Amino acid sequence: MAEPTAKQILLDPLLNKNPIALQILGLCSALAVTVKLETSVVMAIAVTLVTGCSSAAISVIRAEIPNSIRIIVQMTIIASMVIMVDQILQAFTPELSRQLSVFVGLIITNCIVMGRAEAFAMKNGPLLSFLDGIGNGLGYGLMLILVGCCRELLGSGKLFGHNVLTPVTEGGWYPTNGLMLIAPSAFILIGLIIWALRTIKPEQVEAE
Amino acid sequence: METYVNIFISAIFTKNLALSLFLGMCTFLAVSKNVKTAMGLGIAVIVIQTITVPANNLIYQFLLQPGALSWTGIESLAEQDLMFVGLICYIGVIAAMVQILEMALDKYFPALFNALGIFLPLITVNCAILGGTLLMVEEQMDFPGSVVYGFSSGLGWALAIVCLAGIREKMKYSDVPAGLRGLGITFITVGLMALAFQTFSVIKF
Repeated sequence: MAEPTAKQILLDPLLNKNPIALQILGLCSALAVTVKLETSVVMAIAVTLVTGCSSAAISVIRAEIPNSIRIIVQMTIIASMVIMVDQILQAFTPELSRQLSVFVGLIITNCIVMGRAEAFAMKNGPLLSFLDGIGNGLGYGLMLILVGCCRELLGSGKLFGHNVLTPVTEGGWYPTNGLMLIAPSAFILIGLIIWALRTIKPEQVEAE
Repeated sequence: METYVNIFISAIFTKNLALSLFLGMCTFLAVSKNVKTAMGLGIAVIVIQTITVPANNLIYQFLLQPGALSWTGIESLAEQDLMFVGLICYIGVIAAMVQILEMALDKYFPALFNALGIFLPLITVNCAILGGTLLMVEEQMDFPGSVVYGFSSGLGWALAIVCLAGIREKMKYSDVPAGLRGLGITFITVGLMALAFQTFSVIKF
């Protein structure tokens, strides 16, 4: 099998091997932070950076990590990156940080970060690992933004806090869809997105 | 006493880790294909939660929170606020506890150890475990409260995954469109389950 090119590594996780839609990674935060587009975007950026940087860091020292403490070493690197991101968010965007609450801390156990570290960074060079991390982060971000768009637009008529479909409560015409504001809607939306994705790309359909 | 009952009920129904807060989703969806494995994982999660949440509570109370180090009697330490290393501490405790549990099971209950198999190490990266600890810290529970919360939050997650496994087993006999097969229909099912759990949000003691 040919070595995947850097471009493939970066772009594959967007549609072909989307971490949420195919690899079943990174679901927890995808569901809870997508009520508003703003939090979705910030979360996507945070996860992309953490995955890229930690994959690169782990890849650099991959030859030196003893197998018995592999997981703990990976976790320590990932946890340190997440603490940095958390502190930056708390310092520069305190309101946003409060809304994201525990989910920034949960990036540590976000399966995308750990999953890509195990699956890719332990076996490949730093530059490719960095690209793989960024690529998966972008795939994750794409899903988050899609779901976040639907939920915020249909749930409150706004995008990024600005009125697009003026809700009835603010003197407009759009009766907001309360279902979109509660968490189960994210599940159903992702299910429908997966359906659409697998209809466009039948190779992703699961075997009987 | 009332607070503890409240914590117990809310951890299972109104703030269920899996269906209300969506933690631990990756393993939740990946391991729920049949009831037996789901039950095995559920029990492992209950045990780990019951051990790690109180342990992390002690660390939070006596080491991390602002002014926590006053028991040492050293002035300069008493003012320290070590909350920022919280994440590494909690995840370290969780990883260590999972490792110890693995070794203990291997030595004293080999049958159970073999039955759980790969799920034990998988629990370390289950966001529900870390999430439970972070929520306990956010609500600043006391020690007995954290024991109750650890047990009941694990129980709630286990309950949810066994329910989903039961539904998925039954769905094998349904006619699902190709694009929805497997992951897609599971997402929609969980969405509907979560909607059902919303009805519990009115229960109060």
